[in-house]
Amino acid sequence: MYRYDAFDQRIVDERVAQFRDQTSRYLAGELSEDEFRPLRLQNGLYIQKQAPMLRIAVPYGLLSARQLRRLAHIARTYDKGYGHFSTRQNIQFNWPALEDVPQILEELAEVEMHAIQTSGNCIRNFTSDPFAGVAGDERIDPRPWAEILRQWATFHPEFAYLPRKFKIAVNGAEQDRAVIQCHDIGLDLVRDDAGATGFRVLVGGGLGRTPMIGKEIAAFVPWRDILTYCEAILRVYNRFGRRDNMYKARIKILVNSLGIDAFRARVEEEWGHGRGGPATLTEEEVARVTSHFVDPDYRPLAGDDAGYLSELGRDKAFAAWAKRNVRAHKRPGYASVVLSLKKTGIAPGDITDGQLDLVADLAERFSFGEARATHEQNLVLADVEQSRLGELWQLLRAAGLATPNIGLLTDIICCPGGDFCNLANAKSIPVADAIQQRFDDLDYLHDIGDIEINISGCMNACGHHHVGHIGILGVDKKGEEWYQITVGGAQGNDASLGKVIGPSFARAEVPDVIERLIETYVDNRYADERFIDTARRIGIEPFKARVYTKREADRKVANG
Amino acid sequence: MAKLIVDGKICNDDWQVVPADATELPDGRLIVSLAMWRDGDERLAGRDQVGVWLEADDDPAEIALALPSLPVVAVNFPKFADGRGYSTAALLRTRYGYRGQLRAIGEVLRDQFFYLERCGFDALQPPEGRYSDTQLEAALASLADFSEPYQAAVTPPQPVWRRHVREGLAR
Ligand code: SF4
Repeated sequence: MYRYDAFDQRIVDERVAQFRDQTSRYLAGELSEDEFRPLRLQNGLYIQKQAPMLRIAVPYGLLSARQLRRLAHIARTYDKGYGHFSTRQNIQFNWPALEDVPQILEELAEVEMHAIQTSGNCIRNFTSDPFAGVAGDERIDPRPWAEILRQWATFHPEFAYLPRKFKIAVNGAEQDRAVIQCHDIGLDLVRDDAGATGFRVLVGGGLGRTPMIGKEIAAFVPWRDILTYCEAILRVYNRFGRRDNMYKARIKILVNSLGIDAFRARVEEEWGHGRGGPATLTEEEVARVTSHFVDPDYRPLAGDDAGYLSELGRDKAFAAWAKRNVRAHKRPGYASVVLSLKKTGIAPGDITDGQLDLVADLAERFSFGEARATHEQNLVLADVEQSRLGELWQLLRAAGLATPNIGLLTDIICCPGGDFCNLANAKSIPVADAIQQRFDDLDYLHDIGDIEINISGCMNACGHHHVGHIGILGVDKKGEEWYQITVGGAQGNDASLGKVIGPSFARAEVPDVIERLIETYVDNRYADERFIDTARRIGIEPFKARVYTKREADRKVANG
Repeated sequence: MAKLIVDGKICNDDWQVVPADATELPDGRLIVSLAMWRDGDERLAGRDQVGVWLEADDDPAEIALALPSLPVVAVNFPKFADGRGYSTAALLRTRYGYRGQLRAIGEVLRDQFFYLERCGFDALQPPEGRYSDTQLEAALASLADFSEPYQAAVTPPQPVWRRHVREGLAR
């Protein structure tokens, strides 16, 4: 992964000094709440229900063992012994004291970490494929590009006070695993006919109050020009994006109101001036950054490990875990392992200090000292030898990190919701828990197969509910917490937005509703058809009918 | 007299910014709104020292041709969190080649000084009375918050990897 040089280090060190000064001026009353707010937000610091929440950047999800240990230390020292991985591959702490934050940032800077631009109306942390560099379907490794873009966006002076937040994701594989269609800018690494590297650029995607799928603004931007091209988009947005209404301030609204063609024309006009300027990338700079992402020293292995294969036949529990949590690797004899942070009874994405330390140890012992965070709020050890999977599994199991549910119904994406977040309409963690409790039969879960349930506590959609096969959204009805259900959303190459099935539900009803939806799927599916495919084929009507007819019947019985 | 920062030093200001709705024009050196300047207010006739200030949504292209003769151009920040003026400044300095004084006015606060300067503002005018002399003195330090920024802007005009040799990771 990328290691800081003296320039990178100086920037994070100077940031710590700057924020220390800003915090002390705020505490001394020299900075008003309004003036301090954007400053602390651009350092990932929210004031939440319980305490401040600090969001630490995990650039495109990559973590070293050393960084994991430092996060464990922060959880132990400044928090209540745990952290929470977010859907943007970052980690958040819910209980630090404001006064401690400069010190926390200093300790992060020692391990090449920071909280820069993890919130606020600026260019946010870049997200990418958690299987970058190891996936078989990769065209071009997105990590060097994400790093180049990260450096470009860090403290970009022109784009620190945009109309609204701005999120960019980078994908380099045949299957998009970075949700690029739902970002302000989605970058898709491609090759042209001559084999040269470039980017297909999407713009104006996003979830939130007005969910939209991104539109293609450029089919191919040569790699040299990607920074000037992004600058052109950002400048048009900074100048012309709406600032009068925060719900209409995202770039998607501008793209939509102008129309993609007129928006493209403005960007091209702007780019006509900036193209070829100093931000034009050089081969040297790309080579420098790419040198940080060469393959680790894999052992030459012939093919699938015989011991592993026979273990799969012998041990049912191990096989169930391998089926869901182990992924193919581009190198023979290797595999990538997903560590589930979705054990029933634990808030999705939460991890304790002890687990963070353990993952650091396991990363060193099994995976070249690195781990990755996924936007599904799990962790990955990307480079494990198949022959050692059994041993790894035992260790993960003992630590509660081997729930064999990756991609299954209980692998729920869930925002912190009303338990922590000021903006929430409703709680989300207890909803996830109630669903996990209801579906506790592993055989049934495996029979249901691939399905994504995403939960957000409000319209901000941090839980990506629009792109869940089943989406659950907390809504406020006269001060009470209700939940709206959508069906048919999806991430990936054929991303789509879910459709609302009808009036919302009380919290206690939600597990029943999910059960009805699953029954509808099971009754209608063809052999081997996934939930999302059935939903697309039959539409939402059968789901709706089952859910609301049952609800009516229950009500009649209850009112009897 | 208002205090402002020019080229990193605290100065007394001998220009006056005339609000858009002003009916009386004071004597002395004036910075007037785009509308007043463009409409050729006759009270400006004969004054050789007139500058223009742009509102956040004014298009700098409107003054592009006159830039060589303008001693000062100001850009207003109605709110410090309204970032349009950063792009306006960058356009004035790069696309339109403005070389005179470029001044940030309005809600100009010390925690934005660094970004403002990087986008081409060489004069920073915080709201009158917002900072004491000591505070303003202390605020000068924020102009040097980051010694080697990553990306190209108006200043420095080259990204760090063009300004310095950066070594990759040796295997
Ligand atoms: S979706 Fe809403 S409730 Fe959930 S974390 Fe985001 S802002 Fe908070």
